[in-house]
Amino acid sequence: MTRRNDTPLFRLHDAGVRFGDVQALRDVTLDIHAGERVALVGANGSGKSTLLRLLHGLLPAAQGSLTSLAPARTQAMLFQRPHMIRASALSNVALGLWLRGMRWRDAKAHALDALARVGLDQVARRNARTLSGGQQQRLALARAWALSPAVLLLDEPTASLDPHAKRDVEALIGDVADGRTLVFASHNLGQVKRLATRVIYLEYGRVLADLPVRDFFEGALPKEAMLFVKGELA
Amino acid sequence: MNTFSESALAAGRMLVSADPVLWAIVGRSLWVSACSCVAACGFGLLAGAWIGVSRFPGRSVVLTLLNTLLALPSVVVGLVVYLLLSNSGPLGFLGWLFSFKAMVIAQALLVLPVVTALTRQVVEDAERAHGEQLRSLGATPLRRALLLMWDERYSLFTVLIAAFGRAVSEVGAVMVVGGNIDGFTRVMTTAIALETSKGDLPLALALGGLLLLVVLALNLAIALLRGWRERVDGAATPALASRLA
Repeated sequence: MTRRNDTPLFRLHDAGVRFGDVQALRDVTLDIHAGERVALVGANGSGKSTLLRLLHGLLPAAQGSLTSLAPARTQAMLFQRPHMIRASALSNVALGLWLRGMRWRDAKAHALDALARVGLDQVARRNARTLSGGQQQRLALARAWALSPAVLLLDEPTASLDPHAKRDVEALIGDVADGRTLVFASHNLGQVKRLATRVIYLEYGRVLADLPVRDFFEGALPKEAMLFVKGELA
Repeated sequence: MNTFSESALAAGRMLVSADPVLWAIVGRSLWVSACSCVAACGFGLLAGAWIGVSRFPGRSVVLTLLNTLLALPSVVVGLVVYLLLSNSGPLGFLGWLFSFKAMVIAQALLVLPVVTALTRQVVEDAERAHGEQLRSLGATPLRRALLLMWDERYSLFTVLIAAFGRAVSEVGAVMVVGGNIDGFTRVMTTAIALETSKGDLPLALALGGLLLLVVLALNLAIALLRGWRERVDGAATPALASRLA
């Protein structure tokens, strides 16, 4: 599944992000290569979402540097609670394409394909706000997929869903992420095992472990990471 | 019977008999307020949305000024417009003083800060909640402003209704720049003031009752809008809309 090139898509060197007095990320040094599937794990407030937003260009690095070969327009980000504008599901997907320069009519045609891909073509004309949480997350995936991104960034995409919707959305993520670089934050270690090829463990904004997925679950881990894994699996 | 009940009965008779003088005043009043709201909203909605999403040096000064203008006394607006439109003023050549247009300008200036400030608040709240996701999709600040306006359109309808309520119920500015000329610039509020001072209480009371009905209808419209919106997309009504309602 992994297609690894030598030149990293993202290179972070001693990167840090501050929110006022809070140091949300500190001294983060890592490379992410094209085709990798990277899971970001850690407790709440560990810096997972901040790292995703930094990679996506939504936040600047206050310290250190980020070198990216993937401009923002080649990326798509999925948020834990995706925001749908007060319009039809179809318009919500078309919006992303229109914002990236496609004509509205063409955008709607593409959007319909994307909705079919996630199994929502039957509700294309429905107000997106009236869809269930699982359907809205699938809609957000359709919106991301429609953009044909090289990099997919997902911020706890199944955190607020029921188990059935979680399974559906996770299967779709696996499908949509095929052939792309995937970086996602998750508390669900089962999901991490199924989707990721590499795991980065964060605590208080620092990277404490950065390992291939098998080593993360079967090898030796720093004490804090081990406690986290045991706690989440318990 | 006392004066109030006699006047109330006479006012009721005027309303039922569709008194042409009364209804001409009501029609003019509503038309002036509608025109001024359209003029103020054209600029105020866009300006408010822009301020809501953009960050620039001196923004906090602009916000302070905007919030101060919310409490702008209407007679002061009337005075400024009077000075601008009077024969010796910079816009005196237009010959608009004591005209319908002068009243529209005065009311538009009066409601402009209301529309701008409330739109700014609505859009800024939306930007704080969802702006990052729109940025992620590639929306520039201008497009974010327009999209968030569209997204918050029901809250903005409430703002427009509130602005209309402010315009239709003000008296100072239209009195100063309109002159309260019978059959020409006399509106509900100026007529009430005049008729009360003349002692013609039935007409004043009838107009006062109608003005109350207009304000009631506006509040009813806000409540209906809230209810309809909650039914349509199950969204909670934003705090601002609740406050205005």
